[in-house]
Amino acid sequence: MAIRLGRGVAAINYPTGMNLGGDPTQALVHSTPTGNFMVTLSSVDLGQGMKQIMAQICAETIGVPTDRVVVDTADTDTGPHCMGTFASRGTHRAGNAVIQAAKEARQVMLEVAAEELEVNASDLETDGQGNILVKGAPQKSISIFDVALSAHFKRGRSISGRGMFLIPRSYPEKETGAMKPSTCYAHACTVAEVEVDDETGEVTVLTVKNIFEIGRALNPKMVEQQLVGGSWMGISHALYETTEPYYPNRDHGGTDFNQYLMPGPGDLAETEIIVLERPSADGPYGAKGPGEMCANPQIPAVANAVFDAVGVRIDTLPITPERILRALKAQAAN
Amino acid sequence: MAKVPVQFTLNGSEKAEFIDSGTTLLHALRDKIGDTSPKGGCHQGTCGACSVIIDGELRLSCLTLAETCNGAVITTTSGLSEGGVLHPLQHAFLDTFATQCGFCTPGMIMAAKVLLDHKPNPSRDEVVEALSGNICRCTGYEPIIQAVLHAARANSQNAA
Repeated sequence: MAIRLGRGVAAINYPTGMNLGGDPTQALVHSTPTGNFMVTLSSVDLGQGMKQIMAQICAETIGVPTDRVVVDTADTDTGPHCMGTFASRGTHRAGNAVIQAAKEARQVMLEVAAEELEVNASDLETDGQGNILVKGAPQKSISIFDVALSAHFKRGRSISGRGMFLIPRSYPEKETGAMKPSTCYAHACTVAEVEVDDETGEVTVLTVKNIFEIGRALNPKMVEQQLVGGSWMGISHALYETTEPYYPNRDHGGTDFNQYLMPGPGDLAETEIIVLERPSADGPYGAKGPGEMCANPQIPAVANAVFDAVGVRIDTLPITPERILRALKAQAAN
Repeated sequence: MAKVPVQFTLNGSEKAEFIDSGTTLLHALRDKIGDTSPKGGCHQGTCGACSVIIDGELRLSCLTLAETCNGAVITTTSGLSEGGVLHPLQHAFLDTFATQCGFCTPGMIMAAKVLLDHKPNPSRDEVVEALSGNICRCTGYEPIIQAVLHAARANSQNAA
């Protein structure tokens, strides 16, 4: 009877979105009379930072500072259509829709500015600070504030745009089953080191080293926080969490947070996060969806580490002491 | 059923309400007084989201009857900022990206404040112990532990 060390590795591809019906998301962008921009969506920010990212995407596309953009995630009764925030699709789908809407709004904004400055709209550029300049003659300029006032009160224009993301529905080929169920893929690899007590079956995760390839990180600190939290959640899925430990028998399922186990602040493995950025061709400014996949590779990595430590394959989650001891017993019997 | 009067100090202001006997402090704060910073997570004392400070001690407002708080001094997370200036702990939570969905954050900040009030320079183990009654789904805890350690360092630099 001993504490045995093990190390496991796992690598994953993770699809962004789910193309079973076009996967649509729509967005509307309009300016207020003072040249702030409103993004209206039905997509939900549930803590992953959707509002911040959509504000950044809209600001970058129109050419204004991010704090000039307000994002209203409204609700599904009143907002533009969104399939939902799932399948790591939020940034990619809503982001593409916001870019399209913001481009249309930017075009109207430049047309109004062109009328005010008596130049061609195609000769104008934005400075990212809230001004529109004539290319090559930046002394000739107008603030977006003044452009919005002109549009609203003088020229009767709506500085607004409509955007949507929609891809053709992909049906499987009859012969091969091949299909294209998603767009770009994110990737991850995890190496986990564990200690397994072969007397009690208890697993302690010592280190988790993760590398994630997520397209371009539109907000690197927010990406990092999601990956750190996701890595913890992956360990939690691997070793602790289940509502029905003896599925389909409901007996012994957790009924509250005392019984539904998750690692607490005292149970944290040493965690490392490395981000690789390979911008995707179809993503908004190169982004992919890192959301769900950040909690995926830890699970097979821990299962492999347990195998490395004590030589048993646990193929049912979570990898509980009971399952390890039963497997060890079966192994000894053989 | 007859209403029961209850009176206490909440974040420096006198509050008085008539409540049904048996009302929890969480319910009284959120639905009677309108301070929604304590969150109702499990309503049975296992998640920590409803944590408040009563007479300097960390308490679960979902398990505290409001009528037992007569004359008490109660602090919630919504009372920490002064005139729009955030409390050092709130700043630290922002700086270390220690909040995602935000549901656990007020309870975490209450637990951390009681720790730092009693122990301005805690060890990492002491921070972990202080947060161990609070559940977070999003962050993996490490950013929250770092936030509390940051706030402690900021405190000691200000004191020096």
